[in-house]
Amino acid sequence: MMEVAEEPGLREIGCEHSLLSRPDGSATFVQGDTSVLAGVYGPAEIKVSREMHDKATIEVMVRPKVGLPAIQDKNHEQLIRETCESVILGTLHPRTSITIVLQVINDGGSILSCFLNAACMAMMDAGLPMNAMFCGVTCALDDDGQLIIDPNTKDQKESRTVLTFAIESSEKKVLTISSRGAYSPAEVSISLYQSCL
Amino acid sequence: MRETPLSNCERTFLLQAITDRKRIDGRQTYDYRNIKITFGTEYGCCIVELGKTRVLGQVSCELVAPKMNRPTEGILFFNLELSPMASPAFEPGRPSELLVKLNRLLERCLRNSKCIDTESLCVQAGEKVWQIRVDLHLLNHEGNIIDAASIAAVAALCHFKRPDVSVQGEEVTVYSPEERDPVPLSMHHMPICVSFAFFQQGTFLLVDPSEREERVMDGLLVIAMNKHREICTIQSSGGIMLLKDQVLRCSKVAGVKVAEITELIQKAIENDKKARKEGGKFGFAESLPEQKITSLKIDKSSVDTSDFKGEAKKIISKSEPPSDAVSKPVVWAPGTAQIGEGIGNAWGELEESEDEDDDADIASVSPESHKVIKKPAKHTSKDIVLSDSEEDDVIILEPESKTEASLPPSVSAEDKDKSPVSKTSTKKKKKRAAR
Repeated sequence: MMEVAEEPGLREIGCEHSLLSRPDGSATFVQGDTSVLAGVYGPAEIKVSREMHDKATIEVMVRPKVGLPAIQDKNHEQLIRETCESVILGTLHPRTSITIVLQVINDGGSILSCFLNAACMAMMDAGLPMNAMFCGVTCALDDDGQLIIDPNTKDQKESRTVLTFAIESSEKKVLTISSRGAYSPAEVSISLYQSCL
Repeated sequence: MRETPLSNCERTFLLQAITDRKRIDGRQTYDYRNIKITFGTEYGCCIVELGKTRVLGQVSCELVAPKMNRPTEGILFFNLELSPMASPAFEPGRPSELLVKLNRLLERCLRNSKCIDTESLCVQAGEKVWQIRVDLHLLNHEGNIIDAASIAAVAALCHFKRPDVSVQGEEVTVYSPEERDPVPLSMHHMPICVSFAFFQQGTFLLVDPSEREERVMDGLLVIAMNKHREICTIQSSGGIMLLKDQVLRCSKVAGVKVAEITELIQKAIENDKKARKEGGKFGFAESLPEQKITSLKIDKSSVDTSDFKGEAKKIISKSEPPSDAVSKPVVWAPGTAQIGEGIGNAWGELEESEDEDDDADIASVSPESHKVIKKPAKHTSKDIVLSDSEEDDVIILEPESKTEASLPPSVSAEDKDKSPVSKTSTKKKKKRAAR
């Protein structure tokens, strides 16, 4: 049974820069129903206990819409922080803090990639020195091995594997991979994403 | 991070302007900033913009056991959060004094005024009731948080629809939105907070203070009122003494403002309902400004994934297999190992120039000639047996007095090539130690 559920491809994408007045940089990123608002403060003053003498301390906060941050959010925070650390030239601003706050506005699937995109946009808006930009892409593989790019919540639930990549812009290198479920053709997806970006 | 302090110049300027009956953003005394309400795709989700102050509201519900003393009443829960995004002064984790004050005021304004019919939230008396949770997130702090938060809470509550339930005997069935249309909450009235800032011991009054104005104000009066001009809560803070007339005048102004805001909320909800009914587009994606230099929108784009396996195979077959980056670890002595070539020691930069020449010579020498080079090195090492510095260890690591034959038979050709480099570095160290 061949089932072509939906036209494969990315959902509609929207973004807006510097929409908040208080943060140094802010951006909202919308992918279909998924929407994230990001605010960046920095390079700014930092507590002595947390300062690093050779580079900027990068902090990422993910705020869920309902309730307190859960383990999943903490996991996302760490992934995003490590991704950002690899592109931000933190050595240019030692003993400072760079705070990235990500607020979920609506979760309609592929939230991690939306976080990554919003964070990158906000960092650009804040004018942070970076050696490259990055973008996040989420894909799902269902039981028949069909590949869905930018899955929504329903696709994500039904799929066997969900993979999220952060890909850097200058050399198209992969910065982060986050996966859920069993998969073999990981290379497959990566190569595909590089081609589609 | 601390809040940037307000300088004395700014303070006097602001106060002078207020005494001259002028506001820095060009508003009149009783003017509100522009209010914009947008709804999300989910029920009970909205963003309220009051000027540049922005609050996100989300209502959610859950079936829980009721409180012991009120077995037939649903539970209302409010939670306002000052996200660190809103201002660098807001730290996550511990609730500040301001946050506690705002949360309490919000509870008094909405829960204690009984704007929601809590009895209608009862599913089974003493067993199951709906708990309605209102989460409010401040996204940008430009003053007058409480008004924006109360508008967001009311708008989100009006917009929210809970799933329908049916009770048959002991069994409670919750229907999904596909099975039965969700039901809206029954609201008695819409209480809205209006803030008044007082300056110069109550001589001057401003409606909807901005962040700057809040910093120089002496006192704040918050009046929560519904459109029937019934006061739900009134709170005066900051320690100013107000005259009876002032409070009455404020309540009159609040009545007008509340009527305007209520109308705005109703209109926004009406618009959203219409958009949903007509099957048109709704949600935050639609509220992005179309013609603005800071925003961009890309329509649904299709990516052909039909032949991704074939594509990938092609790419894999084309690409070279990854080179064996990690050669076999070299075990210099028990308990030590080395992978790769390592980096030369950068200590003692001063001798760099002199060493460089030597290194260049050695690097070009073939492995056979090592014997020659090693000998003087060994001699020097014997001179410094007493020193317990790290150079000592280096010497031990080196398979002393043995030459090529000492290398483990399993070492690949690659390792052999590498050995001159590692030896040069050891030699460098010895030279320094000897000095």
